[in-house]
Amino acid sequence: MDDVLLQEPSLAYAHTHTRAQDAAEPMLPRPFMIERRRKEAGGCFTLWLRDPTGQPFNFRVGQFNMLYVYGVGEVPISIAGDASDPSLLMHTIRGVGAVTDAMGRLKVGDTIGVRGPFGNGWPLDAAVGQDVFFVTSTVGLAPLRGLILETLARREEFGKVVLAYGSRGIHDCLYENDLHAWRARFDMTVYVTAHSAPIGYRGQVGSVAHLIERAEFDPPNTVAFVCRSEAMLPAAFAALEARGVAPDRFYTTMERNMKCAVGFCGHCQRGPTFMCRQGPVYRYSDIQHLFAVREL
Amino acid sequence: MSAETGALVGDSAVLEATALPALIQALRDEGYEVIGPTARDGAIVFSEYGPADSLPVGYEDSQEGGRYRLIKTAGRRVFDYVVGPKSLKEWFWPPRQPLWTARRGGRGSYTIDPPDPKVAPRRAFVGVRACDLAAMAVNDRTFDNGDFADPAYLKRRDNAIFISVDCARPAATCFCASMNTGPRSSSGFDLALTELEDADTHVFLVRIGTEAGAKVVARVPHRLSVESDLERARAVVTQAVARMERSMVPGIDALLKRNFTHPRWTTVAERCLSCGNCTMVCPTCFCSDVKDHTSLTGDVTTRVRSWDSCFTLDHSYVHGGALRQSRMSRYRQWMTHKLSSWWDQFGVSGCTGCGRCITWCPVGIDITEEARAIAEGDLTQAAE
Ligand SMILES: Cc1cc2nc3c(=O)[nH]c(=O)nc-3n(C[C@H](O)[C@H](O)[C@H](O)COP(=O)(O)OP(=O)(O)OC[C@H]3O[C@@H](n4cnc5c(N)ncnc54)[C@H](O)[C@@H]3O)c2cc1C
Ligand code: SF4
Ligand code: SF4
Repeated sequence: MDDVLLQEPSLAYAHTHTRAQDAAEPMLPRPFMIERRRKEAGGCFTLWLRDPTGQPFNFRVGQFNMLYVYGVGEVPISIAGDASDPSLLMHTIRGVGAVTDAMGRLKVGDTIGVRGPFGNGWPLDAAVGQDVFFVTSTVGLAPLRGLILETLARREEFGKVVLAYGSRGIHDCLYENDLHAWRARFDMTVYVTAHSAPIGYRGQVGSVAHLIERAEFDPPNTVAFVCRSEAMLPAAFAALEARGVAPDRFYTTMERNMKCAVGFCGHCQRGPTFMCRQGPVYRYSDIQHLFAVREL
Repeated sequence: MSAETGALVGDSAVLEATALPALIQALRDEGYEVIGPTARDGAIVFSEYGPADSLPVGYEDSQEGGRYRLIKTAGRRVFDYVVGPKSLKEWFWPPRQPLWTARRGGRGSYTIDPPDPKVAPRRAFVGVRACDLAAMAVNDRTFDNGDFADPAYLKRRDNAIFISVDCARPAATCFCASMNTGPRSSSGFDLALTELEDADTHVFLVRIGTEAGAKVVARVPHRLSVESDLERARAVVTQAVARMERSMVPGIDALLKRNFTHPRWTTVAERCLSCGNCTMVCPTCFCSDVKDHTSLTGDVTTRVRSWDSCFTLDHSYVHGGALRQSRMSRYRQWMTHKLSSWWDQFGVSGCTGCGRCITWCPVGIDITEEARAIAEGDLTQAAE
C-alpha cells in the first residue's frame, strides 16, 4: 500500500492551469439600443441593435448572443447579420415563449441586454476550393445568413454555391428579399420548397430532403452547412449521405437549454461537450454516434 | 518545544493535541475567519467558529447507502468522522448568488450595475479532507475554464486557506483511494494534519504546504518532526486505505462512453426518485439556474444565480418540452457526466470518491455499485 503514501501529487489535482485572461463579469449584459425592427414571415421579427457607447461588436458567423429582456429573462439567439459590419447587430427571433414574446413587444429606442458573442461559429475555411451547400428551413435561415453573405463576399474561393431552403407555406419565406437577390445571381443556385401549397402552385412542394436529392453540386467535393430543427436533422443527414457527401464534410448547429453561455450552468451539455463553448456548430462525424442515443 | 523552529514549506512539525485551540487562535491572529467542523442537527457540517467555538471532540460517523449517524464517544480523538452532507461548495459559490442589478430609467431604457465589488473575507477552512481538496481543484476548472472565469468565485478562492486532515477512519461509503484523491492530502492544502494517538501520546503531524501555512505554524508551540513521526503518520494512512470498503471500477471513463444503452440504466431508474439530493451534496456538481427578482414597483430587478440539478425536467427544457424526459436519461446524464464526460470537458474526474451521494440518496443508490453493474454487463468490450 506504500504506493498510496508515496504517490506524487496527482497532476490532475495540482493547481497548474492558467486563469482566463478576462476575469471580467461574464454574466453582465451590456445595454444596447434597438435601432430598427422589422416584422418577418412566420411569426418572426428582426431587431437591429447598436451599442450606445459606439463600440464595434466583432463576431464570427454562426456565433450567438444572450439577449436579455428587463425583468423577464435571457435567451440564446444567433447573430444573423453581416460579420463585416460590426457597428450594428442583427437578430431574427421567433416568438415561442416568455422571453421571445417579450422581445417581440420591444420598440425602437428600447434597451435590450446583450452578452456575447459566444460559441465556435461556422468553419467556412473548411470549404475553400469546394462546392458549398447550405441546407435550412424557416427561421433556420437566420443563423446561416451571415455565413451566406461571407461566402458570397469571398465568392472566388469556392466552387458552386447552393442553397436549399424550405418554408411552411408559400408566403412565409424568411428574408424574402435576400432570397430574391441570391436567386438573381449567376454564381449561386437557390432551391426553395414549400411544405404545403394551394392547388395550382407552380413552385416546388415537399420536403427539404427532396431538394437535397436533386440539387446540383459535386458530392465528394462539397461541404454542407445544415441548420434545421433537431427532429428534422436525421432526414437531412441521411439525404446528404445518400448523395455521397461524407459525414466529415457536413456541419450542423444544435440547440440546448442555456442559462449562462460561458460553461458555468451545465445546461447545454450534449455528450461530452458544452454546446455554448464547443458548439453550437458541430461536424457531423464528431457527433454522429450521439444521434443514435435517445434523450442524451 | 519552541515556536522558533523556523519550519518551512515542505517541512513537517508536530504539535500536541492540546495545542489545537492555539492553532485556531493563530488562524484568527493571521486575519482569517475560521470555518470548521461542527456537530449540528445530528451531522457534521462546516460552520463559522465564534470566539468560543472549538473542534468537536469524540465524534464518529456511521455511513451507509441512505444512512448517516453521528455517534458521540467517550474518546479524545478529534477527527474520527469524515465528510458530512455539506461540502465546501456553498462557501465558494453560494446556493443563491446575486449577479447584478438593473434599474429602469425612462422610456423602455435601463442600466445594469455589476455586483457589489465587495472583497471576499479571508477564510481558513479547518478539518477539510483530501477529497474536499480534490473537489476544490475540480471546481477551480469549472469556474475558470480558460475562456471565462467567475470573478466572485476567484475572489473567495484567493482568500481561502485549507487546513486538511488525513482520514484515519474512512466511512463505509468512501472510495477516494480508488479515485486517487485520498485519504492522504497530496496537494492543495496549506497545512495537512494527521492525528497520531496511542495510550501515551496524542499529537498531530502537521505538513506545511504553503507560506501562509508556515506563518500559522510559527505562532503555535510545536517541534520539527522526526522520522518516527512520519512513520506513524504513514501507518495511519495505510490502515485507512486497507479499511476502505468501496472502490470505483477501473476504466470507468471509457466504460460509460460505450454503454449508453446498457439495461442497468433502466434498473437504477426504477429506484431513483429524481430528488436531486446527490447533486446537492456532491462537492463538484455545479449546475445553476438564473432568475430575475423584481421589486414590487418593477423599477429594480436583480438577477440571481441558484443551484440547479440535472434531475429536474426543466434542466433540459427547450421550446416543445424537456429533452431528458425519462428518469433513466437523467440518472445516466448525471453519472456519465461525473465519471466520464468531465474528463473530456476538464481533463479530470468530476467525482472525487467522497461518497456523499451514496449516503444522502434517500434510496441508497450507490454510484460504485452502479458502475460495477455496468462493467459486468459491458455491452461493447473495449476495442483492443
Ligand atoms: C445557440 C442557439 C441559437 C439560437 N438562435 C435562435 C435564433 O436566432 N432565433 C430564434 O428565434 N431562436 C433561437 N434559438 C432558440 C431560442 O433560444 C429559444 O426559442 C428561446 O430560448 C425560447 O425562450 P422563451 O422564454 O421565449 O420560451 P419558453 O418556451 O418560455 O422557454 C423557457 C426557457 O427555456 C429555455 N429554452 C427554451 N427553448 C430553448 C431553445 N430552443 N434553446 C435554448 N434554450 C431554450 C430558455 O432558457 C427559456 O427562457 C437559439 C437557441 C440556441 C441554443
Ligand atoms: S459523485 Fe458522489 S462520490 Fe463522487 S464526488 Fe460527487 S458526491 Fe462524492
Ligand atoms: S440517485 Fe438518489 S439522490 Fe440522486 S436523484 Fe436519484 S434518488 Fe435522488
